[in-house]
Amino acid sequence: MTRQSRAAWLFTAPVLTIILIVLVIPTIAALALSVTDYSVYALADPGNLHFVGIDNFVELLATPLFWRSLKNTLIFAVLGVPMAIGTSLLAALLLNDATVRWKPLWRVALFAPYVTSVVATAVVWRFLFNERFGLLNQGLALIGIPRVDWLGNPNSSIPAILIFVTWKIFGYNMIVFTAALAAVPQDLMEAARLDGAGRWLRFRHVTLPAIGPTLLLAAVMSVAGFLQIFAEPYVMTLGGPAQSTTTVLYFMFEEGFKWWNLGQASAVAFVLFVMILLLTWIQSRIGRRNEWL
Amino acid sequence: MAVRKLRAIVANAAVVALVALTVAPLVYMVIVSFMPRGESGTLPIPLWPSRWSLENYHELLVRRQINGAWFDYRILPALRNSIGVAMLATLFGLLLTVPAGYAFAKLRFRGRERLLKLLIAALVVPGQVAMLPLFLIFRHLGLVNSYAGVILPGLAGIFGVLFVRQATLAIPDELIDAARMDGASELRIFRTIVLPLLTPVVVTLALFTFLASWNDFMWPLVVLAYQQRYTLPVAVAAIAREHAADGELMMAASVVTTMPVLLIFLLLQRYYLTGLLGGGVKG
Repeated sequence: MTRQSRAAWLFTAPVLTIILIVLVIPTIAALALSVTDYSVYALADPGNLHFVGIDNFVELLATPLFWRSLKNTLIFAVLGVPMAIGTSLLAALLLNDATVRWKPLWRVALFAPYVTSVVATAVVWRFLFNERFGLLNQGLALIGIPRVDWLGNPNSSIPAILIFVTWKIFGYNMIVFTAALAAVPQDLMEAARLDGAGRWLRFRHVTLPAIGPTLLLAAVMSVAGFLQIFAEPYVMTLGGPAQSTTTVLYFMFEEGFKWWNLGQASAVAFVLFVMILLLTWIQSRIGRRNEWL
Repeated sequence: MAVRKLRAIVANAAVVALVALTVAPLVYMVIVSFMPRGESGTLPIPLWPSRWSLENYHELLVRRQINGAWFDYRILPALRNSIGVAMLATLFGLLLTVPAGYAFAKLRFRGRERLLKLLIAALVVPGQVAMLPLFLIFRHLGLVNSYAGVILPGLAGIFGVLFVRQATLAIPDELIDAARMDGASELRIFRTIVLPLLTPVVVTLALFTFLASWNDFMWPLVVLAYQQRYTLPVAVAAIAREHAADGELMMAASVVTTMPVLLIFLLLQRYYLTGLLGGGVKG
């Protein structure tokens, strides 16, 4: 072994070992766990552990709450990704305008929610969403919109949580998009302007293709993020009302760590895993077709 | 000319409005936390305290006797736990990932490219999939309810390794090769040549790691059962699920949880925001 490779192993072995122990082995073990009936009985005595094949998955498909959580999670992702990415892009375009002053200050202020704790800010927003004493309904009353029971009504609970999540995370992609916008070729922009292209046409045909790859990457990462919503329903709604905010991860947590059905919960974890893999794959395919990537 | 001026006014006004909307919840959180108890639950909704009061912080933080038994919300122990956990997670995280990131960028060893590909692939794996077996493994090892149990999973810093690697690639090979010619040991090259150049990157990564650990919720919730060991988010979530109606008290708890990291972010925002874009050695 050369001197360099000895040093390299010294430098990399510790972190690789930890990755192996806390990520790789448990992920493989999760697959193994999902074909067992690991429950509170096995927790007490490993002798109660049995191989059950795909029973957990079969049972999962027959559980209405699982389907509900799957549906809720998809709604979160389908509505949330455009909402969050759109807000980020809008904020970045606003900040990109040449006439705007004190940009660094605004950038920091808009980013601030991103660094705060989800739990603490979820508590704040639950308070803002309060039907009678919440600031939001108070503000809406000023423009004549009647009170909404944001977190108490199954129809508005997901939109309410999405408003909170968007508020919390849009600053991240705003920063990413700001950098991408700065790299839009200015000579192309100028040429389009001289050709008489309006604001929208320039955005559509110069800006959008230039920032396309960045948008796609942001979308992939956002989808994964929205599929992993947990703290928000845990703190704001306890998965309700009427199970309208029970996400896949919330369902997994309850199944695994409240009822200690670890076998069943591992099956849920794997469904989530496959969903994230699939979506990442689909989105990279879309990107390739549009020659963005 | 007038059109351009109008445009500038509209654009600036739009940005200010967006900033006001974004900051409002955080400002309101601070204001309500200083209201006398019960004031936020009156109509019309007060936007300013009738008098500035510390009652909520007193109620939240001070241990006191109720009917002969000691009672407190255990926020101060949680604050201490959060500070300790986040600092240890950051320290060990850096010790593990910075040398590894350098090795992946600059040292030649067998299997480097393949390992790198595996690491990038592993980024897709959501940590929650590993959570259930990890709990069982930690239970077996006696790590449940321990600080080590909270910290360990966060030390699998794939992101950190790749982040440091990316930044290290910008360091010219000649610099390292020259030191090697002079007979410096690999450890010495890393310490005296590479590390000083990586300082901004290390600060950024430290900031990321600290904030991630401070805000981490699901895993601490799973692995900690003793109230005395709770980190702030776990403690706040527990209070929030029990004292839903108590607006001022909850806002005070949120202030205690968010303000430390907000201040750190404001102080080091330059490092944070450039780091976000993968900005590295060039600064």
